[in-house]
Amino acid sequence: MKTDQLIALLAHDATPVKRGALPVRLVLVALLGAVSAFVILLPWLGIRPDLAEAVGGMTYWMKFIYTLGLGVSGFALVERLSRPGAKGVFGWLLIGFFAVAMIAIAVAQLMSTSPDQMRDAFMGTTWDRCPWRIFMLSIPGLAVILWTMRSFAPTRLALAGASAGLLAGGVAATVYGLHCAETAAPFVALWYSVGILLSTIVGAVLGPRVLRW
Amino acid sequence: MSDLEARLKTLMLRGLAGDAAAHAELLGMLAGYLRGFLARKMGRDAADLEDLVQESLLAIHLKRDTYDTSQPFTAWAFTIARYKLIDWYRRNRIRRTEPLDEATDMFGSDDTAEVAVRRDLHKLVSTLPAKQRALLEDVKIVGLSNAEAAKKAGMTEGAVKVSIHRSLQTLMRRARSED
Repeated sequence: MKTDQLIALLAHDATPVKRGALPVRLVLVALLGAVSAFVILLPWLGIRPDLAEAVGGMTYWMKFIYTLGLGVSGFALVERLSRPGAKGVFGWLLIGFFAVAMIAIAVAQLMSTSPDQMRDAFMGTTWDRCPWRIFMLSIPGLAVILWTMRSFAPTRLALAGASAGLLAGGVAATVYGLHCAETAAPFVALWYSVGILLSTIVGAVLGPRVLRW
Repeated sequence: MSDLEARLKTLMLRGLAGDAAAHAELLGMLAGYLRGFLARKMGRDAADLEDLVQESLLAIHLKRDTYDTSQPFTAWAFTIARYKLIDWYRRNRIRRTEPLDEATDMFGSDDTAEVAVRRDLHKLVSTLPAKQRALLEDVKIVGLSNAEAAKKAGMTEGAVKVSIHRSLQTLMRRARSED
């Protein structure tokens, strides 16, 4: 087939393209990731019994805003990295903002923590389960996000995969907050971040393998 | 460059709105720039130069919904071409890192003299399911419009469009995995 014949053929497929279809699809798969994580969480770990009380306090929302903030950062990066040559630093700025804010809150809390309570502030009672659970909850979301990105056009595949992992991890950690009763900011800053990082690393490893087009 | 950017972007925006003639004109211009750019990188006598031109055009066409209209069009098209070139290096086990060229490297000069294809897309078309292949040939070789092809096949025009789009996606996947 000659190239001008191919072009004539492609012109037959010049259907109108809806503007903004890409971010809308991305929002839908992120929501699908959240629903999947919730559906797994419910029978597996359940919701913390004192949730109604907890949402009246600050700690629940600190965790919620931190994890969802990282998810939103991941979303911003995925949206940019799915488009060839698109420039944008918004996602990076968001990551920086939420990381600095979370560390600042943790440090402020540690200032008023007595030395014998330091260990509890960092380790809580579930430090050895928290990161793995967040990672497990992120798997279906990561799968559907990567699957959707295959139909976009990422060109920096490891970075695009890592961003997908950050989005999936942030969403999963937010859902995990419905179960987890840990309240210390240092715990959240450390172990929630590790959980989200696991998902990010797996995304970075998978990216170059699954995102080619 | 900025004149060219404006001209190509206008064509792209019209194409995205469904203007087939503008889309064809855009792809025709891009083919020249792609050929010039890829010939410099692969060598003018590379056996699969035209194949990669066609593969890049297919990709630019099929990925056009990823173009953010607030960004430069030439940067978008160039990034796709460079991605396809690097993918070609990888498939052919050529160890080479592409310097971070600018879009101006691709849009500096064009080369409209088409060269011979090695892997004929016709052959790939023949591997499509019979119904999809028939539709593709009706619009491509017989030259029917989508509406005429739909009437002939007893399908809606929308279904014909979907079928052609799917065929093109399959062609792009197979073109990559053939090498």
